[in-house]
Parts: sequence; structure tokens; C-alpha cells
Amino acid sequence: MLNEYLPILILFIINIAFAVGIIIFSHFLGPRKSSAEKLSPYESGVPPVGDTRIRFSVKFYLIAMLFIVFDIEVVFMYPWAVIFKKLGLFGFVEMFVFIGILLIGYVYVWKKGALKWE
Amino acid sequence: METMLFYFFAFVAVATALLVITRRNPIHSALWLVLCFFSLAAVYVLLSAHFIAIIQIMVYVGAIMVLVLFVIMLLNLSEKELGDAKPTVLKFCGVILSGIFMVLLADGVKVLAPQAAVSVDEKFGTAEMLGRLLFTDYLLPFEIASLLLLTAMIGAVVLAKKRR
Repeated sequence: MLNEYLPILILFIINIAFAVGIIIFSHFLGPRKSSAEKLSPYESGVPPVGDTRIRFSVKFYLIAMLFIVFDIEVVFMYPWAVIFKKLGLFGFVEMFVFIGILLIGYVYVWKKGALKWE
Repeated sequence: METMLFYFFAFVAVATALLVITRRNPIHSALWLVLCFFSLAAVYVLLSAHFIAIIQIMVYVGAIMVLVLFVIMLLNLSEKELGDAKPTVLKFCGVILSGIFMVLLADGVKVLAPQAAVSVDEKFGTAEMLGRLLFTDYLLPFEIASLLLLTAMIGAVVLAKKRR
């Protein structure tokens, strides 16, 4: 079983070697000439205004949080889908209950207007 | 080979975990935590918990870490708000408490240690095996998990939604 992971391991090693190699090569080979324009955040772009430290709206957090909840729901569906045929009607009903409970939450979220971007 | 891989990934996990708690910039800490989760996933693979390993990467590295970064950016602490690195009474208490926790944890591991290695089924830890267990022995926990998710959903709305 563990042998099946060998391609992934090789991919990881190549990836890391490539990433580290690129950084090292550009460090030694790249010319370093800096000017005020070059160091500005957007060269020949819009001049930056104000501070980078602005607060993000909490609305982003709400959307991300709801995403994670449904993400985990789908995680539970994966092992279910693999053995769906073996489980038959029993598995179908059980998953129906599982999703039904989460559907209550979905309706609640919807009714509260949490999915609307105000 | 397996032992070598285990020591490698365990080392990376511990090293990156140390980097997480020593970095000044919270964003850097979060990115080191990503690597820490990755090496933990590799350790899960070595424990033949295949499904958990891939979920670790997909959910923790992919989703939870985005949420952590969100929170860091939401708070957006400046260098001044982060406070200086001087030791305080609170930090001292934290060190003592985590020390006690570590002793307790080590004690727990010691109890587990003497067991002989069990050989596991070829399919152990795969999605198929997990599904079979989930729908037989652990059916109730599975349904309760949906209630837990429901609570998380409602909690997020209550906390983050503006009341009208």
C-alpha cells in the first residue's frame, strides 16, 4: 500500500528541489539594481494610497466559515459514496437524515440573510 | 525506509511547529503551520490512515488555514498592538501550564507504548473501510456530527451577522 505513495513522494521531492533551485539560482544569477520606481508596489501602475493595514470585513469570515461547514459535510459524503451500492436503502436514508439536519441550518442561514452581501 | 520517513516527517512537523510559535509575524506563523499540517498528513499515511491523510490536506491545509489567515487579516494587528517580547506573568503561567500538559501527554503516550505492533488489513484506513465502519459501529456519532456542524453554522451566523 505504501508503495503507491512513491510517485507522490517523488513529485514532492522534485517540487521542493525546483522551488529551492529557482530561489538559489535567481539569488546568484539575477542582477540586483534597484531604483525607487522598481521598489514601488506597482511599477508603472496605480500609485498606492494609504496604509496596507486595513481591516477586512467580518462578512468574509462568515462566508468562509459556512464554506468550511459544507466542506466537512462533503467529506462525510465521500466514504458513503464509495460504498453506496453495498449500503443500499439503509445508507440512503441515513445520509438523508444527515443532510436533512444540515438543511435546517442552511434554511436558517438563508432566512437570516447571511448569504446576502450587504 | 518507513522508519526513516517517519523520523523525517516527524522532525519536520516538530521543527515547523516550533517555527509557528516563535515567528513575530502571525502570517508567517500560519504559513509554517501549513507545512506542519502537511508533514502530519505524511505521518498519517505512514500510520496507514489514508483517508484521514488526504482529508488533513484538503480540509486543514486547504480550508481551515484559509480561515486562520482570514482571522489574522481580520484582526490585522500592527507591530504596536502585538506588544513587545518581554516576559510577563501571563506568559510565565502559560509556560508552566503547557509544561504540565506535556507531562500529562507523555504519561498518556507511555501507557500506549508497550503494545505490540498490530498488523492491519490491506484496506485499513481507506475511504471504503472508513465508510463501512461509519455506517455500522459509528452510525450515531456520524449523525451527531451533523448536529455539530449545524451548531457551527448557527454559531457563525449569530457571531458574525449584523442584527437588524
